[in-house]
Amino acid sequence: MATAAVIEVLQERFPELGIEARPLCRYLDGRDSGQFWVRVPPERLIELMTFLRDDPRTRFEQLCDLTCVDYLNYSTTPDTAVPPEDRFAVTYSLLSLTHNHRLWVKVFVNDPEPEVPSVYSIWNGADWPEREAFDLFGIGFAGHPDLRRILLPEDFIDYPLRKDYPLRGKGEREAFDVVRRDSA
Amino acid sequence: MMTTTPKLRPTSFVPEDAGEGRWTLNFGPQHPATHTTLRLVLELDGERIIRCTPDIGYLHSGFEKLGEHLNYNQYVVVTDRMNYISPMANNLAWHTACEKLFGIEITPRCTAIRTICAELARIQDHLLCLGCMGLDLGAMTAWFYPFNEREPILDLFEELSGARFMPSYTRVGGLKEDMPPGWTDRVRDFTRNVLPPAIKDFERLLLRNRIFIERTKGIGVISHDDAINWSLTGPIARASGVKRDLRKDEPYWCYADNWDAQGAPAVKFKVPVAYGGDVLARFLVRVEELRQSAAIIEQVIEMMPDGPINVLPEDKMTLPDKREIHFSIEGLIHHFEKIMTNRGFEPPIGEAYGANETANGELGFYLVSDGGNCAYRARCRPPSFVNYQVYAKLIEGHQISDVVAIMGSLNIIAAELDR
Repeated sequence: MATAAVIEVLQERFPELGIEARPLCRYLDGRDSGQFWVRVPPERLIELMTFLRDDPRTRFEQLCDLTCVDYLNYSTTPDTAVPPEDRFAVTYSLLSLTHNHRLWVKVFVNDPEPEVPSVYSIWNGADWPEREAFDLFGIGFAGHPDLRRILLPEDFIDYPLRKDYPLRGKGEREAFDVVRRDSA
Repeated sequence: MMTTTPKLRPTSFVPEDAGEGRWTLNFGPQHPATHTTLRLVLELDGERIIRCTPDIGYLHSGFEKLGEHLNYNQYVVVTDRMNYISPMANNLAWHTACEKLFGIEITPRCTAIRTICAELARIQDHLLCLGCMGLDLGAMTAWFYPFNEREPILDLFEELSGARFMPSYTRVGGLKEDMPPGWTDRVRDFTRNVLPPAIKDFERLLLRNRIFIERTKGIGVISHDDAINWSLTGPIARASGVKRDLRKDEPYWCYADNWDAQGAPAVKFKVPVAYGGDVLARFLVRVEELRQSAAIIEQVIEMMPDGPINVLPEDKMTLPDKREIHFSIEGLIHHFEKIMTNRGFEPPIGEAYGANETANGELGFYLVSDGGNCAYRARCRPPSFVNYQVYAKLIEGHQISDVVAIMGSLNIIAAELDR
């Protein structure tokens, strides 16, 4: 089953969401890359993801990847269709082992408190990727059993993969306590 | 768009009271069996593990942030440092994603060389992993046999790219340079005469060893459904009966039919699957993958096509050949246009995901491009990170000596875990 058919199933089941198939990338010669994404509002995410996993026509048993993109300075064009008022896209990369197809689901959230429901109850594999997105982007995942920083130290304040965080940091390297022989 | 100070604060990790008769053990981060720097907080009842809390991030180096400031060719140097056990596989996966974004079809000769490199990388990664599985259980001798045969592969990579460990061999739309004369003969000599006796040796050393079998059989079992639900890929999923291999299911390079556009058949190989789901099953799957990889390499060498290794530079996607740069003015201008920071690559505006089957599982890159010289976001889907999250569940209820056995079988590379 091709991804286009999966999106038709979604349009039939959720007509009120206005789901449309958008290619992740359109090449300069007009072809699309064969990878498609759909936009989902955060309040319907769990319902839609559960449907995608359980429906025999879609059967997305595996969450291949979960990540976040900060579109703060992104130049939007009609083709990519990232709405200019939205900042963060939590991107779910779904994989069906039964039908061997993929689908990307994006949920757009905004400042000041970006939060989406956690999909940990649907796929356990969302555990660490959600913690990573929380750690590096500051996205909250409501309902995650153990949401705390995973890569950075616990007393770190900022979210370094956001676009307004400078490449060389905000002086965290200099802020560490110096351990000397007599104080250790 | 307004930028605000983040209000979300992380919840701090407070270890709960261990309770009557239990004690807490700090395992790592500096410990020989943790391979690099991993830390586990183990809650023990005697020698039995009640609860495990992994703590990672000791090697976090902000590679994904760096990917937003280096162009598509420069970043390949950073991918080397992610999984330093098989850097070649990371190079290949990175440029697979780049070419998916650019919409480039690589040339047949480049396809063939990349396939050979990917399989050599898989062999060297598996050899190290299998040796370490023995070493972690105290079988020192069983470590020397596979590790010794890893050395010729590094030599082959050195001939190819000039570097043993960090080859940085791929470029957008091609490779750094063509292989040296006679290289395929030396590869064939390795897969035919060096690798098979080595596999036989260490397989006999371990699989006829009662201690090894008893310490691996039934240890760290993960079921078929759990493996899917926890997003496991690669040999770990296949050891639990998940029949999934990107080389078969989403064929690319020489794994797909008609890869040279002149009707060349796909390489023939089998995907080993085991059903035990334990440490021993993962060992067996990896050993069989060694043999299959060697068979793939021999087939590709038989079919090696001639021709250029880079896609034609006319479409201004790749760097021109060095001879053109030095001897023609067009080549020199083209070269400058690609390497100057205010020119550079011009990918389409959009996003792309490209993934390869590497030794540890699906290694993918999710690229977001705003049309500029550098990626807007370079997300890596690291197999180690995704595979390691199930680890705390796997070791619960086991003895403390099984901690290292299970960790060795998952083949966690901390640099890739933390990036």
